Amino acid sequence: MTTTYHPPPLPPPFHHTLTPNLTTTSPIPMELITQGAEAHLYKTTYLSPATPAALKIRPAKPYRHPVLDRRLTRQRVLQEARCLVRLVREGVSVPGVLAVDWDLNSNSNSNSNSNSNENGNGNENSRGEGQGEGNTGSEDNGTEAKAGNGAWILMEWIEGIALKEVFRGWEASLKDNNRDENTAEEQAAAAAEERVKALLRKIGVAVGGLHRAGVVHGDLTTSNLMLRPTPSGQQSGKGEKVEGDGDEGEIVLIDFGLASQSIQDEDRAVDLYVLERAFGSTHPRTERLFGEVLEGYRGSYRGAGSVMKRLEDVRMRGRKRSMLG
Amino acid sequence: MSSSLLDTIHLAHLPPSMAVHVAVYRDVQNAPFLRQQLLSANSEFEYAFIDASVVLSRTHALSAVFRAANDFMNGRLKSRNVHSEIVFSLNPTTNIAESFRKFGITDSTKDLLVIKVSVTPEITHDSVAAHLNQYVEGTPVPFDDETLSKIADVAKIKKAYKLGTLNTAPPNQANGTHDDGMKRLELSVLGAIALRGAT
Repeated sequence: MTTTYHPPPLPPPFHHTLTPNLTTTSPIPMELITQGAEAHLYKTTYLSPATPAALKIRPAKPYRHPVLDRRLTRQRVLQEARCLVRLVREGVSVPGVLAVDWDLNSNSNSNSNSNSNENGNGNENSRGEGQGEGNTGSEDNGTEAKAGNGAWILMEWIEGIALKEVFRGWEASLKDNNRDENTAEEQAAAAAEERVKALLRKIGVAVGGLHRAGVVHGDLTTSNLMLRPTPSGQQSGKGEKVEGDGDEGEIVLIDFGLASQSIQDEDRAVDLYVLERAFGSTHPRTERLFGEVLEGYRGSYRGAGSVMKRLEDVRMRGRKRSMLG
Repeated sequence: MSSSLLDTIHLAHLPPSMAVHVAVYRDVQNAPFLRQQLLSANSEFEYAFIDASVVLSRTHALSAVFRAANDFMNGRLKSRNVHSEIVFSLNPTTNIAESFRKFGITDSTKDLLVIKVSVTPEITHDSVAAHLNQYVEGTPVPFDDETLSKIADVAKIKKAYKLGTLNTAPPNQANGTHDDGMKRLELSVLGAIALRGAT
């Protein structure tokens, strides 16, 4: 794979961001962090250069029918934003929502108000065959019938590292330590394991807080859990940022792209099950400690007990109960 | 001397030509006059006149500007112009009249936040500063978080955003300081601004 990847052009207003301008202000960063099937994640800034922010862009999917695409994209970006706003209000540690745009028009790249009456010829860049019929009937229903241009959500930037890195670092250190039988090293390893256990309990508490607030994440993995360093501990003497030792900090849940609002035991249990399976496949040497997560979860809110019972059922059959879809 | 306190800001991601000019006044004496200019749609007075007591911070005010400017550029204004839209953007619901009652200037407004966006090249720092200097009778103060936090009426803000139950000092954290609670309030408010009108 030698071809360089070019992400799709940025939607407005971010298309201004990279255009060179002659003002004295330094350029605004716009760095592609990661990409999934649904979205691109950029690191950029919000309002002032001193405020880092995460920009998640859901581009339009050209292979879908434009009307369907517009509706799905809007629903999903709003679902994510609503969950995040709710969680912030409830005091759960998640990135706050700074700005959202769920209604990007396909031809609004200029500052004009006139894009609505160009509906007929404005869809060269959309490949939908059904576009013609969609427009003939309803003129004032235009917002729904037009092709969308994706959506974006601008979120608070979370400092720190993903727990995936923390556990990877720990598992790597396990491998090395098994070679020699130095007792001092063994003690250090035991201490490290205790720290990992504490971290796992913290994860359980964080997931419990999420569920208490009435939201299920839908995609709990160790890459969607961040360890944010506590601001007060920043000046501590041993402040080296070696991965695997970053257990001082706060768990922050990220990526609510598949989240939904639910208080059902089933949905909550599936959340835990997905996390358990993620541990099994990503961190096989941590899997035996997964009980610590459940331990933390159990005490975190009132309904946790019945969710844990349900988890037993889910383990027996897998995460799909209805076996539809 | 007073005109020098007009802050001119370039918001990230907005076109460089769209500068945002912000001034804060305390002890405003002629709020009824300024409000009357808005009511009579005097184009000389096309400003966002905001009651500063319902503004939490710089970020709060500028988020409303960002939302209004983005809607403006997308041809989605719900109100008359980008300046009225800024006041409307502060509101968590889609009722325009209500947004002006809650966030806009009233006859009894004493602390005033004025915002003007350079939507045409004729609107410059100097033109805005001169005009405000001439017509706003009040004491100019800097547009910074320290000043705004002194003016802000947190109870009123919570009520306006229906965040009455929000605890400004989280009880579950040992180091749950006042700052943490304010940060949470601010993020809740920003979320409400961002999601207004979502269906």
